[in-house]
Amino acid sequence: MSASQIVVPPTVRPGEETSDRPPAARAAATRTHWVATVVLLLGAVYCLLPVLWVVIATTKGPTELFTTFSFRPSFHGGFTGNISDLLAFGGGDFWRWGANTLLYAGVGSVLSVAISAAAGYGLAKYRFRGKEALFRVILAGVLVPQITLAIPQYLLLAKLGLVGSYWSVLLPSIISPYGIYLCRIYAAAAVPDEMLEAGRIDGAGEARLFRFVGLPPMLPGLVTVLLLQFIATWNNFLLPFIMLSDNSKYPMTVGLYSLLNQGASQPSLYTLVIAGSMLSILPLIALFLLLQRFWNMDMLSGGLKG
Amino acid sequence: MNSTGEIAAVPTATRPSPPAAARGGNAPPLAPYVLLAPAMLFFVVFLLLPIGYAVWLSLRATRIEGGSILGRRVERFVGLDNYAASLSDPELYDALGRMLVYGCIVVPVMLGLALVFALLLDTPAVRLRSFSRIAIFLPYAVPGVIASLLWGFLYLPGVSPIRAAAQAVGLPVPDFFTPHSIFFSVSNIAIWGGVGFNMIVLYTSLRSLPTELYDSARIDGCSETQIALRIKIPLLTPALVMTAIFSLIATLQVFSEPQTLTPLTNVISSSWMPLMKVYRDAFVTNDIYSAAATSVVLAAATLVVSFGVLTFLQNRAFGEDR
Repeated sequence: MSASQIVVPPTVRPGEETSDRPPAARAAATRTHWVATVVLLLGAVYCLLPVLWVVIATTKGPTELFTTFSFRPSFHGGFTGNISDLLAFGGGDFWRWGANTLLYAGVGSVLSVAISAAAGYGLAKYRFRGKEALFRVILAGVLVPQITLAIPQYLLLAKLGLVGSYWSVLLPSIISPYGIYLCRIYAAAAVPDEMLEAGRIDGAGEARLFRFVGLPPMLPGLVTVLLLQFIATWNNFLLPFIMLSDNSKYPMTVGLYSLLNQGASQPSLYTLVIAGSMLSILPLIALFLLLQRFWNMDMLSGGLKG
Repeated sequence: MNSTGEIAAVPTATRPSPPAAARGGNAPPLAPYVLLAPAMLFFVVFLLLPIGYAVWLSLRATRIEGGSILGRRVERFVGLDNYAASLSDPELYDALGRMLVYGCIVVPVMLGLALVFALLLDTPAVRLRSFSRIAIFLPYAVPGVIASLLWGFLYLPGVSPIRAAAQAVGLPVPDFFTPHSIFFSVSNIAIWGGVGFNMIVLYTSLRSLPTELYDSARIDGCSETQIALRIKIPLLTPALVMTAIFSLIATLQVFSEPQTLTPLTNVISSSWMPLMKVYRDAFVTNDIYSAAATSVVLAAATLVVSFGVLTFLQNRAFGEDR
């Protein structure tokens, strides 16, 4: 899988006028790089095909799913039938799962960014005893396998009587060592020390400094952290899978999984799972495309370059 | 490595850091603690405390006291018994072996593809560049469970368009659910979901490199391939190291993809991956104590494997502002 196999320079075809050009530079800039273009398009097809398939598969009724070729859409009312079956399933479970997911991921990520921003700013802009030790501990937290936490979290929350409640998924989602790490990088790079010092000389309190001098330049970075955290919570399967037993509190991921599980004995549910997968990823993809410019990846990779 | 690190250490975004003494020189000592307090509260309650509790549980077990069947079940301290049992359990090693195979497929293929795509995106005169970039990044928006559902149906006999297409063309029909092919089937889901994210991370760091380097290389007669191999890849090393570490961590924690496929196939056992075994021990067979021991072993292994690399990373990232 080395790059050399694929990054082939544009070949010069006989008869093409190349002799009077300055070497490479201008030629490369004007002629389409077909090999690169085609390889990238193949990658795009690989990534889009499953999404396209699920949209087509949603058009098929339960019997057509197993009998017609997968990539041929059906126009026998399967689409509307599937969607209305899905929305009616279990008395509106699908809606509830969607709302729950928004609650867990939305509220969780906002709270997570709030505490990560404060912590990251504190770590980047102050010197205090135990700072490096504290930061190392937080970094080590990035590496702790989730299940190591999920079991004792479950038991601890069970002691508090919170297992099965919204809190049991929301609260553990708030702490994000990776978010703190990113916020520290961002605060260190974006908030000028000179302005903080000037503010102190003018008599501003530390809280005001954080609110009016520290936060504004950090905002673009915080949006990225928010998106990352939102997707991480939205993606999280293990935590709600362990914590929740009540169908009506499931997020989308666990809900669709439980539907698939029932489908193993009742294949007619498969069409619901497919319709549900489609309906749940379309808004995500729309959101994703809309917020594209906020994917501030400089921060993710830039963290290594300091 | 050192020399590339020094070149990479001149991004446009960083300013020279002020002298250490100026930093927070007049700040009241209380402020940082207040700022960190909420994060630390959650960190302690939902991270440190659970870890401590897991360790404590791993040293305990229920034993039957006072005779055979009629005795009471009592929880008591059993020392390292759970660890001994866990480490001598062949199921754990089978699961670790499968995880190794899975990781050996996912990490190199995913990062290899991500690197190739990133380098191609950074090549001049590529058409449909932003379409490809967005399309390849798109699966990142799809949760792992839903990606597994999608691919699960693409694999499932009777529904799979891939099988149908192979049949139509007369090729051997692939079976995605054999004990061997399942490794590739599960790996493919992780690669599909992860390649775009890693590509974007690498592409972004490529874009932050100074382009004068390429121009002078081109004037010297370097081809785009040579520029990619000799200039771009060495300069990408720090970003590659970071993506590799995150991929490794994700590999060690793989759970939702194989778990989601279990309703569709029998070849994924309930202890197929280490975390699936831990889950089963804890919540299906209700042996919290041995599950705690196994998860502590896994966590310790993860920390040992990653710690060296992480220290290296941290020195890179924050070496200057100490």
